[in-house]
Amino acid sequence: MHYIIIFIAAVFVNNIVLSQFLGICPFLGVSKKVDTAIGMSAAVAFVMTIATICTFLLQKYVLDPLGIGFLQTLTFILVIAALVQMVEIVLKKVSPALYQALGIFLPLITTNCTILGVALIVIQKDFTLVESIVYAISTAIGYGVALILFAGIRQQLELVNLPKAMNGTPIALVTAGILAMAFMGFAGVV
Amino acid sequence: MNKLKIILNGIIKENPTFVLILGMCPTLATTTSAINGMSMGLATTFVLICSNILISAVRNLVPDKVHIPAYIVIIASFVTVLQLCMEAYLPDLNATLGLFIPLIVVNCIVLGRAEAYAANNNVFDSALDGIGMGLGFTLALTILGCVRELLGTGKIFNFTIFPDDYGMILFILAPGAFITLGLLIALKNHLGTKG
Repeated sequence: MHYIIIFIAAVFVNNIVLSQFLGICPFLGVSKKVDTAIGMSAAVAFVMTIATICTFLLQKYVLDPLGIGFLQTLTFILVIAALVQMVEIVLKKVSPALYQALGIFLPLITTNCTILGVALIVIQKDFTLVESIVYAISTAIGYGVALILFAGIRQQLELVNLPKAMNGTPIALVTAGILAMAFMGFAGVV
Repeated sequence: MNKLKIILNGIIKENPTFVLILGMCPTLATTTSAINGMSMGLATTFVLICSNILISAVRNLVPDKVHIPAYIVIIASFVTVLQLCMEAYLPDLNATLGLFIPLIVVNCIVLGRAEAYAANNNVFDSALDGIGMGLGFTLALTILGCVRELLGTGKIFNFTIFPDDYGMILFILAPGAFITLGLLIALKNHLGTKG
């Protein structure tokens, strides 16, 4: 039950993009087509889960015992950057098909603040390892839901005649605002 | 004169928020009031200036292959310095901005300027570029914070403009952030095409 609450809270109530404002850059950047949105969400889900496990273990077994918690930001970002590189290399060797699908999104993920954000939130909230993994997966699903919904709306928006000044980013942001309003309806569910 | 141009470039011509559309996460998340927006802007400015100076100073020593990791380490170190200082001297502000202080590391503006400017220019010019970009970012966040605070609570920098009861709380919440920024960029586009 406890895990289900974490799941629902992360996917709907505190959606990472629409209520916590993390990962907005790729949210605006790769959301022009549903296909790329799906690819990006899958890549994020993959890296986020692995990165959260690694940084969690690192925090509990290296940083905390040695009392060097102040190096948290520095170590986490390095681990994530190295991890993304490694995932890319391993994927290329082990599963070329998956690499084909996710390849172009992987380098973009290092600077996606959701990954570092989730790694830090998990430590802040004092989750256990299992809770952290559930939280990372649910957050990634929430990210995917928001991204794919948004991409679908944007594909339709292409067909609409807009005032010149509103074209591009402004209308995307307003659309995201309305989507965020819809997600506000979930507040109080958990 | 030329030096002034470098600073103005960041504030107006290549404003990171309104023109380059970079660093959206802190822009949207921390602008619930004018003061919060400005503090976040200034915090980012600090990191931007320091990292620009140091990266420009070591730009010829770092091998090309590892330059991105090296830059990230430099940026992350300054962010840690900032984080510890804020925890010690401004604990309230640190609590409000919360997660977004460590997340300056992945703010695209900082790494973007390191790559685009500091890696190819001398220390002094890079420092000026950091100041310009930082001020441009601060300005944008302050404007966005003012608009949201005014519409949401009827105040600007905590000065009451109209009574609280008429405030639209939506503008303090998440949707208001997206909509206000969208409309502000549209307004800038509109004025830009005219002039």
